[in-house]
Amino acid sequence: MCVENLHLRREDRPILQGVNLKVASGQIHGLLGRNGSGKSSLAYALMGCGAYAPQEGRILFDGHDITALSITERGQLGLTLAWQEPARFEGLKVQDYLALGMQEPSRERMEEALKAVALLPSAYLSRPVDETLSGGERKRVELAAVYAMWAKLAILDEPDSGIDVLSLDDIARLIRRMAEEGTTVLLITHRDEMVPVADVAALMCEGEIVRVGDPAEVRRHYARRCRPCPVAEPVEEVGGGYERF
Amino acid sequence: MVTSDFEAILKAYERSGGDPNFLRSPKVASLVISGNRVLGTNQVPGVQIVPEEIEHGVRVRVIVEPEARLDVPAHLCFGVIPAEGVQEILPEFEIGEGARAEFIAHCTFPNAVKVKHLMEARIHVGKNATMKYSETHYHGETGGVEVIPKAEVTVDEGGRYTSEFALTTGRVGKLAFDYVVDVAARGTAELVVKAYGYGDDAITVKETIRLNEEYARGLAKSRIAVRDEATSEVMGSTEGNAPFARGHVDCIEIVRDQAVASAIPVVRVRDDRAHVTHEAAIGTVNKKELETLMARGLDEETAVDVIIRGMLAA
Repeated sequence: MCVENLHLRREDRPILQGVNLKVASGQIHGLLGRNGSGKSSLAYALMGCGAYAPQEGRILFDGHDITALSITERGQLGLTLAWQEPARFEGLKVQDYLALGMQEPSRERMEEALKAVALLPSAYLSRPVDETLSGGERKRVELAAVYAMWAKLAILDEPDSGIDVLSLDDIARLIRRMAEEGTTVLLITHRDEMVPVADVAALMCEGEIVRVGDPAEVRRHYARRCRPCPVAEPVEEVGGGYERF
Repeated sequence: MVTSDFEAILKAYERSGGDPNFLRSPKVASLVISGNRVLGTNQVPGVQIVPEEIEHGVRVRVIVEPEARLDVPAHLCFGVIPAEGVQEILPEFEIGEGARAEFIAHCTFPNAVKVKHLMEARIHVGKNATMKYSETHYHGETGGVEVIPKAEVTVDEGGRYTSEFALTTGRVGKLAFDYVVDVAARGTAELVVKAYGYGDDAITVKETIRLNEEYARGLAKSRIAVRDEATSEVMGSTEGNAPFARGHVDCIEIVRDQAVASAIPVVRVRDDRAHVTHEAAIGTVNKKELETLMARGLDEETAVDVIIRGMLAA
């Protein structure tokens, strides 16, 4: 995927301000940034969500310009998104939800997907994807659904949020497994503990990609320069000011 | 003639979601009616089914003896096979004290171009008795069916009455559902209506539960979806007329295209120790749910259908 100079304004506020990003096929690409930096908005714009149509720039996916395509068309090309706070569906069972995105639904693949997110298939396949699932369970089901699809590119928006710390290893294992099975992953997170799983990492700030490189280096930079955030919480000027990035 | 009619109605029954083996089994209480003719009745110990053919339909008395237990639900099939016709069903249910009975009814009009189906039921659920009545309709694809189900139900002390009416496959045509339930002390009533209208279908649902004695409980629930130019109007009413009565009206309607839906929940309390609540939500399909499914590659129409059918299945 190649994102070129993407601009997005919502309610007269700039959200994305010329995003440029290349996600190479087969890679796990980490996108790190503080809350409010525009990561989720970028995810929605890439997926084609209605309220996030960019005013400028273009998105290329698998050789096609998909900027004007609908969510469905993008989905059918093999792009998908695991939402940070996934929707609940009254009356829809986990097995049906998993099957929706699969080209050839099979029970074997569904069970494999649930096991990959540490959920017991016999306990979850028949449960509804509604309010009776806890936030963590719903999140795992979302990741299982994306994993089961064999998508070409999966955008995972904060896959670690809402899941207890002990489960971060499960998430990292799942992401590696997706990549091993040929799915390119754009991993969006504000927690730098997730970044080591990536092959390449980018740092986002105020609607721009401000750094791209080795995940360890981007993580160090984020830890050193972004906490506390000099943009959201300006630091006192010392000796002629501070270096933002 | 009767055999071929029986087979035709069984096929229609199957199409509406029923399992014809239940209607053939000697171990299952059953009743099969086509137009105004009774094609089959099966009695089991503890249950009497007494049908009587009338000019445009059938009057039927169903008596469940006190303390009787139905191991397998009784299966009822009401159908009209020709394209045109009127069918009037006048059932009387008497559920004896302490009895437990479940009825699964399918009403099927697969070839209907102009069919009218009226039901006027009187139901009495005795003291500490339990009755569950599930009714599934299939009206074909022309929208030429008019269905008017009416029921007057009384639930005695400690009795439980549950009714679920579903018309979610094929066209609705015109539906005018009107049930009134009176509940005595510690009795419970639950009315659920699910319908999915499209084309120029018209759905009207009136659910009335009167909680007349102390500790009576009631739930009037409806799940309706309309699209194209269909209309729906839901009037859910619950009265708390006695101390410690508890009632709730719960209505959700989904609207798409040029369809119009309305809800009029009525809550009436005549005793300050009673408590009756209501919630009604009308709107289009949740956008996030829709976009989530579209991100799996589903087109918008399919995604809407998945969401609506999920709501109706819940």
